[in-house]
Amino acid sequence: MTVNLIGLTREVYKGLPTTLCAGCGHNSITNHLIKALFDYGVEPHKLAKMSGIGCSSKTPAYFVEQAHGFNSLHGRMPSAATGAKVANRDLLVLGISGDGDTASIGIGQYCHMIRRNVDLTYIIENNGCYGLTKGQFSATADVGSTQKSGKVNDYATIDVCGLAIELGATFVARSFSGDGKQLVPLLQAAFSHWGTAILDIVSPCVTFNDHQGSTKSYAYVKDHDVVLHTADYIAGGREVSVDYEPGTVRDVELEDGSHILLRKLDVDYDPTDSMLALRTIHEAGARGEFVTGLLYVDTKSQDLCERERLPRDPLVRLEEEDLRIGRDDWEKLMHP
Amino acid sequence: MASRSVNDFTIRVATVNGSGSQSSNLVITNAILRLGIPVAPKNVFPSNIEGLPTWFDIRVTAKGYQCRTRDVDVLVALNATTWQSDVTGVKPGGAVLHEAAFPVGGETARDDVTYYAVPFAQLAKEHFADKGDLRKYLMNMIYVGALAHVLEIPEETLEEGLKAQFRSKPAAVDLNMSAIRVGIEYGRENFEKRDPYRLERMSGKTEGLLFLEGNRASALGCVMGGCTVAAWYPITPSSSLCEHFIDYCERFRVDKETGEHKFAILQAEDELAAAGMVFGAGWAGARAMTSTSGPGISLMAEYAGFGYFAEVPGVIFDVQRAGPSTGLPTRTMQGDVAFAYTLSHGDTKHVVLLPATIREAYEFAMEAFDLADRFQTPVFVLSDLDLGMNSWLAPPLPYPEKSFERGKVLTAEDLNRVPSWGRYRDVDKDGIPYRTLPGTKHTNAGFFTRGTGHDEEARYSELPDVWKRSLDRLVRKHETARNAVPAPIVEGKGHRVAILAYGTTHHAVVEARDRLREAGLELDYLRVRALPLSPEIATFIQRHDRVYVVEQNRDGQLYGILRTELPTHLVQRLESIRHYNGVPIDAHAIIDPLLDAERAPAVVAE
Repeated sequence: MTVNLIGLTREVYKGLPTTLCAGCGHNSITNHLIKALFDYGVEPHKLAKMSGIGCSSKTPAYFVEQAHGFNSLHGRMPSAATGAKVANRDLLVLGISGDGDTASIGIGQYCHMIRRNVDLTYIIENNGCYGLTKGQFSATADVGSTQKSGKVNDYATIDVCGLAIELGATFVARSFSGDGKQLVPLLQAAFSHWGTAILDIVSPCVTFNDHQGSTKSYAYVKDHDVVLHTADYIAGGREVSVDYEPGTVRDVELEDGSHILLRKLDVDYDPTDSMLALRTIHEAGARGEFVTGLLYVDTKSQDLCERERLPRDPLVRLEEEDLRIGRDDWEKLMHP
Repeated sequence: MASRSVNDFTIRVATVNGSGSQSSNLVITNAILRLGIPVAPKNVFPSNIEGLPTWFDIRVTAKGYQCRTRDVDVLVALNATTWQSDVTGVKPGGAVLHEAAFPVGGETARDDVTYYAVPFAQLAKEHFADKGDLRKYLMNMIYVGALAHVLEIPEETLEEGLKAQFRSKPAAVDLNMSAIRVGIEYGRENFEKRDPYRLERMSGKTEGLLFLEGNRASALGCVMGGCTVAAWYPITPSSSLCEHFIDYCERFRVDKETGEHKFAILQAEDELAAAGMVFGAGWAGARAMTSTSGPGISLMAEYAGFGYFAEVPGVIFDVQRAGPSTGLPTRTMQGDVAFAYTLSHGDTKHVVLLPATIREAYEFAMEAFDLADRFQTPVFVLSDLDLGMNSWLAPPLPYPEKSFERGKVLTAEDLNRVPSWGRYRDVDKDGIPYRTLPGTKHTNAGFFTRGTGHDEEARYSELPDVWKRSLDRLVRKHETARNAVPAPIVEGKGHRVAILAYGTTHHAVVEARDRLREAGLELDYLRVRALPLSPEIATFIQRHDRVYVVEQNRDGQLYGILRTELPTHLVQRLESIRHYNGVPIDAHAIIDPLLDAERAPAVVAE
C-alpha cells in the first residue's frame, strides 16, 4: 500500500462521508485537501481542523477523522483559531470558511486575523450564496449575477483576495474547486507558509447557484478562469530538480525551505508585487473574469507567534513553576 | 465649634478631570494611612479625559469601614462649575477649603460650615510661573499642603506619602514638596482652626496592610492561576485588570536569557473576538481569560453559549458598571448577575463567582481557572467598578499552596489503557466528561468540538433523546458545581431576621449591621460567593423569618434568581433592598429601608 513521507496511508486522511449535495464544489475541495495533507505528510494529531458555520464549515468532518476538529460559530472561527495557535504553536491550523462566513458575518475577524498574520491556512469555499439557508446572495456575489428565481444582485462584490492584500496578507491565492492540479500544490505551499495563508476557492453550489446568470456556476467559472501559472510544490530539503527553461518559471522559496514553482503561461506574473496583484485581480474582475494562482506572497514578515515572542515550546506545556511568581518575588510584592 | 471629630469623617475633593488631581488625592490618602488610620477612598469620575467634574472621597475611618458614606465633612473645592452644589452638599458643621476666587454668597454662604479660602491659582502663579504645564499639577499639591495644615498632618508624614506616590519618579518629589509647603505656609499664616476634624495617629489597624485595587489583585490571581493566554478589548472599568496582567507578565514571565514570553496577551478587535480567542486557547489546553464589562458581556453571549454547550474552559472577568446600554461607564453596579448567569440563547446556566474583597478578587481569579478546567466550562468572575478600580486596605495575599487542577484530561498513555472513550460520556456520573487536547499523539485522541447537537461520542445528532440527554447531563454537571464553588459565609447566629448580600455590597452590610446593633436590632448575615446557589443558602433562609436581599441593581437580580430556584415557602421570607444610583452603596441604603420595614427604633447612632 502506498504510504506518505511519515508512513501513513491515504486512508488515514479521509473523514466521514460527505453530507453535502452530490456535485457540490466543496466535495472536490475535500478530495484535494486529502491529497494535499497526505502528500505533505501532516501528522494527524498535530492538525487542528477549524471552521465557522455553513455548508463550507461542515468540511472538516470529511477529512482526517483522527484529527481534532472545532466547528465554531458563524464568522467567528478566526478568533478561535488565533487562540488555539498561540496556545499551541505546534498545531497546523487549517481553517475552513465560506463566503457568507468570511465576507459578511465574519469580515471583522477575517480582517484582524490577516492583520495579525496568524500562522494558519484559511480556505474560503466561495460559491457566492448562502446554501444552507437556500440560496440568498452573499457579499461575494458579482453585480448583475442572478439568483435561481431571477433576482439580480445590485450590490458591490467584496473581493476577499483583494481585501486580504490590502490588509497586508502574506499569502493570497485563488483557485477553482475543479482544478486539483493547481489547488493541491497551492495548499501545500500554504501549509509551509509561516503566517496567514488565504486560499479563496471558487466552488459552485449545484443546488442554488449553478444556473444561467450566475457567475459562480460551473459553466461560467470554466469559461472565465484566467490561470496565471501552473504550480508545483517541492517539499523542504528536497532538491529542486524540475527541468525548465530559464525565464519560464518563478521559484518561490517558502519559510520552511520548501519551494513553489510557478510556470508562467501568457504573462510573467510576479507574485511578490502587491500592487500588481491588486491590479490583476481588479482588472480581471472588471472583465467578468477571475485570475487563479498564487496572487501574492511575502515570506519576510513575522507571524503572530514570532511577534509575540512565544517560546518554541507551546504555551500549553508550561507548568506551575514556569508560570507562578517565585516566593521571594512574591514576598517583595506583598511587603513593599 | 462642634465637638471634636477624630479619625472618622469624609474628605471630598471636587476637581476637574484631567487636572492631575489624582496624584494629590493619593498623597493625602497615603499620608493618612501613614498615621495608622484606615481609609476608604472612592473615586467618582466622569467618562471623559479632560474638563468634566470629578470627585474623590477619602473616608477616614478608625473602625476600618471600607464602604462609601453619603456624608461630606471636609470639602476641597477646586471646580468652579460644581462649586454651588458641592458646598450645599457639605454636612452641617463641616469644613470647606476652596479656591478664594469662588464667590461665597447666596446659597454658597452657609453659616453652619467653616470656610478656608486659598488663592490656589494665584499662589501657583506666584511660585511656579516658570513651570509651564506643570503648574496645574503643582496647584493641586498646594491644596494638599493647605488641607494638611487644616487637618494637622505632620509635614514629614506628607513627605513620606509623597515619596510613596512618586516611587518611580523620585526627581519629582522635591518640586512637589515645595508646592505642598506653599499650601502649608499659606494655611499657617491665614487660617484659624475652627472645624472639629482631627487626625490622630493610631496603631494596630493598618500595619502591614496592602493598599490596592481589585483589578490588580485579580491580575495577580491570573498570574498565579497559570493563565497563559489573555484576550481583551479595552473597556472601563476592566482595562486595568488586563493592563496589570501585562505588567506582571512582563516582569515575571519573560525568560531572562531568551527574551521569550511565557504568555500571549492579545488586544482583540471586539469582545466577541476576545471570547473566541479564549475558547480557542481553552480548547487547545491553555488557561485563558478575558476581562470586560457589561457591554462586552453582551457581545460575548454567543461564545459563552458555545463554551457552555461544547464544554470548553475559559475565564471571563466582568468588572461591572452601570447599564443598560453604554449606561454610565465610570459608575458602579451589580448589574450583570442575572445576565451573566444565563448568558446565551437556549437553556444555559453558568458558574459565576462573586468576589467582595481584595483577597477574593485574587483567590477567585485563581479558583476560576481551576473551576473552568475541572468543569470544562466558561467561568464568570463578577467584580465591579468599586472593587476593581478603587484602592482597598487588605492583608498581604497568600502564596498559593494548591497545584493547578486541570480536570479530566486524557493523555496518550491514558488512551492506551482504555478500550474506548467518548468525549461526552458521563463515566463518573457527575456530569463531567473527559476530554483530550489537540496535539495528543494517539489515533483515538481526536474528536469534533461543535456548538451543534452532539451525542456522547461528539458526533452530530438531531435525535430528540440524544439532545435531551445532553441537556440533562449539563444540568448534572451544574449540580456538581453547586457543591464545588466557594460556599457562602455566614456571620451571626440565632436571630430571626437576616441580610443576604454579595460582592461589594458586603462592605455596606458590615457597617449597617454594626449601626443596627447599636440601635438594638441584631441581624444574621449570609454572603453569597458564587452561583449556582450553594445548598447552605436554603438552610440559612429556613432558619430565619425574614431575609433582606441587598444588592446594587434596580431589579433585584439575585433576589430574582433566589425566587426562581428556591421552594415557595422560602421565597415568601425574602425581601429585596436595591441601590442603583451609580455610586457605591452606603450603610444607610440598607439601614433606612430595613428599619422602615422592621419598624424598629427610629434613631440610629451615627
